[in-house]
Amino acid sequence: MKPIRSMQTALRASALTLSVSLLMFGHAGNAAAEDFKIGIVSFLSGQAADSFGVPAVNGAKILIETFNQGKAPAPYNKPGFGGLNIVPVFVDENGGATKQVQELRNLYDRENVDAVVGYVSSGDCLAVAPAAEEMKKLLVLYDCGTPRIFEEASYKYVFRTASHGAMDNVAAARYLKARGVKVNTINLINQDYAWGHDSIKDFTLSMGVLYPNAKVQADQRPKFGAGQYGTEISQLMSQPADVTHSSLWGGDLQAMILQAAPRGMFRKSLVVLTAADHVLIPLGDRMPEGVVLGARGAYGTLAPKSALNDWWWNLYLNRWNVYPVQAPYRMAQGLMALKLAVEKAMAANGGKKPNTEQIVAALAGLEWEAPGGRIKLALGNGRQAIQPTAIGITKWDPEKRLMVMRDIQRFAAECVNPPANMKAEDWMKAGFPGAKCD
Amino acid sequence: MALLLTILIDGLTYASWLFIVALGLTLVFGILKILNVAHGSFYALGAYATASMVALFTSMQLAPAFSLVAMLLAAVVVAALVAPLCERGLLRMFYGRDEVLLVLVTFALFLIMEDVTKLIWGVNPLYVADPYMLFGMVEMGTLSYVGYDFMLVLIALIVGVSVWWGLKRTRFGKLVLAVIHNEEIAASMGVNVSRVYALAFSVGIFLAALGGAFTAPMISVQPGVSVGVIIISFAVVIIGGLGSIPGAAVGALIVGLARSAAVHVWPVAELFSIYLVMAIVLMFRPEGLFQRVQARKI
Repeated sequence: MKPIRSMQTALRASALTLSVSLLMFGHAGNAAAEDFKIGIVSFLSGQAADSFGVPAVNGAKILIETFNQGKAPAPYNKPGFGGLNIVPVFVDENGGATKQVQELRNLYDRENVDAVVGYVSSGDCLAVAPAAEEMKKLLVLYDCGTPRIFEEASYKYVFRTASHGAMDNVAAARYLKARGVKVNTINLINQDYAWGHDSIKDFTLSMGVLYPNAKVQADQRPKFGAGQYGTEISQLMSQPADVTHSSLWGGDLQAMILQAAPRGMFRKSLVVLTAADHVLIPLGDRMPEGVVLGARGAYGTLAPKSALNDWWWNLYLNRWNVYPVQAPYRMAQGLMALKLAVEKAMAANGGKKPNTEQIVAALAGLEWEAPGGRIKLALGNGRQAIQPTAIGITKWDPEKRLMVMRDIQRFAAECVNPPANMKAEDWMKAGFPGAKCD
Repeated sequence: MALLLTILIDGLTYASWLFIVALGLTLVFGILKILNVAHGSFYALGAYATASMVALFTSMQLAPAFSLVAMLLAAVVVAALVAPLCERGLLRMFYGRDEVLLVLVTFALFLIMEDVTKLIWGVNPLYVADPYMLFGMVEMGTLSYVGYDFMLVLIALIVGVSVWWGLKRTRFGKLVLAVIHNEEIAASMGVNVSRVYALAFSVGIFLAALGGAFTAPMISVQPGVSVGVIIISFAVVIIGGLGSIPGAAVGALIVGLARSAAVHVWPVAELFSIYLVMAIVLMFRPEGLFQRVQARKI
């Protein structure tokens, strides 16, 4: 009797499961027409996860949730994307460029996403952009910094909703000049890969324009993930320069600061960190005061005062118990641009869900308000953003028990980004022609 | 002269850290004939366990000096709990098999442990910076060093001498040497080879975890710390000779000094200098500086 009863139970369970599955698939099938599916790719594991990937994905989660509820402020107050429910599919960026190209194809072909928003690594951006273009699918690069994406190629379906890395170093050099810092000698410590090398080039070219007599003394290029910087610190301190520049980030930057601060490197030289806001929270009072610091945009503690920024700051803080740093800001910037473009394309399409071609047309050349300021897709034939940025100096606030920024200086997008149809490197070499800094 | 002194100091402090980690790697290979790719993961486990242990000691409001005890305890816990689990639960099944297979098994272990550390400690960085300043600062000419760096040199010396003494002057050490020379004869003489393997593996893992524990105050402990250390440790043991303790010491010194000289004189050649030294050693001594040429059994 027992086996028969078990079989009957199993049959009933199977029938129930089948019915529920059919109901769910039926529902999903109906809902699919009303969904806008986005593949969101960022580092969920590996060395860039805690500094960039996870905060960005956390930003995406809370923003998409709020968009779907229609609780964001105008002009982002329509539920979802113009009434379409946003369905995110999260993918880990860890694993290298080859894997990312495969994952991108999977997202478009198997997951049937309407767009992909992603990529922190410049190497991944350079690899996936041609793949998306070949597939004629919408790709929004939200974070990576290499200028090469649109300076060495032309795309129709690929957009980058944040400035490229040249801005960070131009702004840092301009900040030093504006604050009247005397610079005769420069030391450099940057990671030995594309990001570090680009940062060295951009900073030295910018300083060459603003401080033509300044000389580079030491140029340290520790490998990515080195962890131990004792020898590099000795070398930098044995010939201290007026300014020490670094684009280190994440665990590497934290380790360098933990090892260099007690040895007095931050007292012997004015240290300029171009991408460092994300270490302020984890380091707390271990972060030295008086460091010139950038966040690759007017983000986090460098963000401008605005109703939109206050809303975003509180939304993120209340959900994750920590204030947003550069990575979630850039993710929000990308998702806001996509929302406006989809809604614009929908309006032109009689309120129906637009296709990729229509969204691409709506997104090209878009200007929008983001928590970090007004962003313009001004370069790369309307596909590469320029944005305002800010630089400040670290200061410990004993009441808040937080490292805050003082002497913040803001730079207009056109002051620190090259004009259209001019490569960043050529623009810097030519002495920033056409820059509008007033 | 000042530059030479700086190169020596930087090279020595770097070599000390490297020696502690590489010693465990060479010990495990020398006794168990396992090229342990997961060695870096045990190093990372030591760092993570230290973060938790120091936090526990701090919550108990113990004096800052006790954080050194916490670091030592963290390494002991990793060696006592995780090492037997890996050796008895996994590696033991592959003893006597092809060495390449064992490399693949330890690579699998490395991948598993990377995810396990993330499951336990998450992906956010952890800090144990307070012990770093326990020994104050040491002024040397125009440069100042953190006293903790010199403490690492002392620890490396203690560790090196202890392992040497343990192998040469204790009964267990003699049993280990017997197993290294000939496992079958040792077993026929009544040596419990399986127990020797388990203990030797635990000691090797303790050294990896100790390296991680004493590095933790200098870095932010987060996913990925295990990767870099294993590559540089391999370079050390290959230069010194796989399985040789003096080889690990000399290899660490060579790598430390070569790297330090490159960083001070020609920074772009930092990595190149290490592997150039390795290539030169392998050209003239393919078995490493302190490894005897062995006849191959056919």
